Amino acid sequence: MIRVVLPAHLRTLANVDGEVALAVHGDVTQRSVLDALETRYPVLRGTIRDHVTLRRRPFVRFFACEQDLSHERPDAPLPEAVATGAEAFLVIGAMAGG
Amino acid sequence: MSGVRVLVGTRKGAFVLTSDGKRERWDVSGPHFAGWEIYHVKGSPADPNRLYASQSSGWFGQMIQRSSDGGKTWEAVGNKFVYDGVPGTHQWYDGTPHPWEFARVWHLEPSLTDPDKVYAGVQDAALFETTDGGLNWHELAGLRGHGSGPHWQPGAGGLCLHTILIDPSNADRIFIAISAAGAFRTDDGGKTWTPINRGLRSQQIPDADAEVGHCVHRLAMHRSRPGVLFMQKHWDVMRTDNAGDSWHEVSGNLPTDFGFAIDVHAHEPETIYVVPIKSDSEHFPPDGKLRVFRSRTGGNEWEPLTRGLPQRDCYVNVLRDAMAIDSLDSCGVYFGTTGGQVYASADAGDNWSPIVRDLPPVLSVEVQTLR
Repeated sequence: MIRVVLPAHLRTLANVDGEVALAVHGDVTQRSVLDALETRYPVLRGTIRDHVTLRRRPFVRFFACEQDLSHERPDAPLPEAVATGAEAFLVIGAMAGG
Repeated sequence: MSGVRVLVGTRKGAFVLTSDGKRERWDVSGPHFAGWEIYHVKGSPADPNRLYASQSSGWFGQMIQRSSDGGKTWEAVGNKFVYDGVPGTHQWYDGTPHPWEFARVWHLEPSLTDPDKVYAGVQDAALFETTDGGLNWHELAGLRGHGSGPHWQPGAGGLCLHTILIDPSNADRIFIAISAAGAFRTDDGGKTWTPINRGLRSQQIPDADAEVGHCVHRLAMHRSRPGVLFMQKHWDVMRTDNAGDSWHEVSGNLPTDFGFAIDVHAHEPETIYVVPIKSDSEHFPPDGKLRVFRSRTGGNEWEPLTRGLPQRDCYVNVLRDAMAIDSLDSCGVYFGTTGGQVYASADAGDNWSPIVRDLPPVLSVEVQTLR
């Protein structure tokens, strides 16, 4: 299972506590993980990536294994530790005050 | 038993304030959607328990929330706002072309007769509609397709469609206003639109009396006379008696004719309210005195209403969607400030008191009269 950590506002929208565990079929990539996340929690569509272009929203970041994966290609494989569930895929709201 | 429900949108959540018909004691519920910007909350005239809220965030975009029990519980509905066709460009602040980009929903206007039908005014300016209670939204593209869209430019708050007025006598006639494009009217349910800005003059555009480009801040209508509209423009308070075909200024003796909010008494169509703000760069009341001005003559002659409002050291703003009127026998008037106060008057503005003093900056105030 892929472990995903959501920021607080998105956990509230999805009505979940703590991490989300997702089954991802095929290659484990940003796209496949976010597809699985949005399938399970349709309310999150449009909140992490654009509805149409599927581009990451500007103030959202993706971290895992102490790396910033925000600018990786959506179809690039995520680190092995994410694919095995040893590490979580982190969806982060950019540090921007407010 | 009659009562009122005041729906308040703030920078950090929504609040629902309820009272009986006396409007002396208030229950405060919230924050709903804590931490999110709530640009607007409005109830359906056809079903007062059906509410819609625009919830947005710079991080996570736009959500639309719907309640079917008067705001006790909410559910997220559709948040997909996609412009029809190729969006094209509008003017940027420096006059260069800038792509149309959806940012947020500023205003939600439910149909007068169908709780599942709602219009949404968005930034960058466009009008959307849902007919299934908010699940799906589609653009009424005739507005941006009117031809003047490439010349529209953003006001300080963005290029926003912020006002939607439905003619109670003709559901196909709708008035909208955009900062900074002006006012527009459709007579065919949104298929085609006409700019209705004749008589407006704005020094901030190259041609002061151009067909479009005016920074209209707000329109208001009395339901008994839908052809009479009042306008708070960037500068100038204006009036039309022919559904926008021509406007004339009614600023009269106001201390300043800059401002954002304007509204009409529930039972007296010639009684209107504004909150004068010092200037376009000094967004606070003149002389540090928070005063609502009332005209009982449809404009030109204005009286300050001060009883219960701070008359010294007050430097808040009252935004365009932050004034509302109830329709109880003794008409109630409400407004919210960027300082987080929501003031209410149960006697048409003669006396005021704060319902709440310390909310986040107030973006919008609506009121439902419950009978």
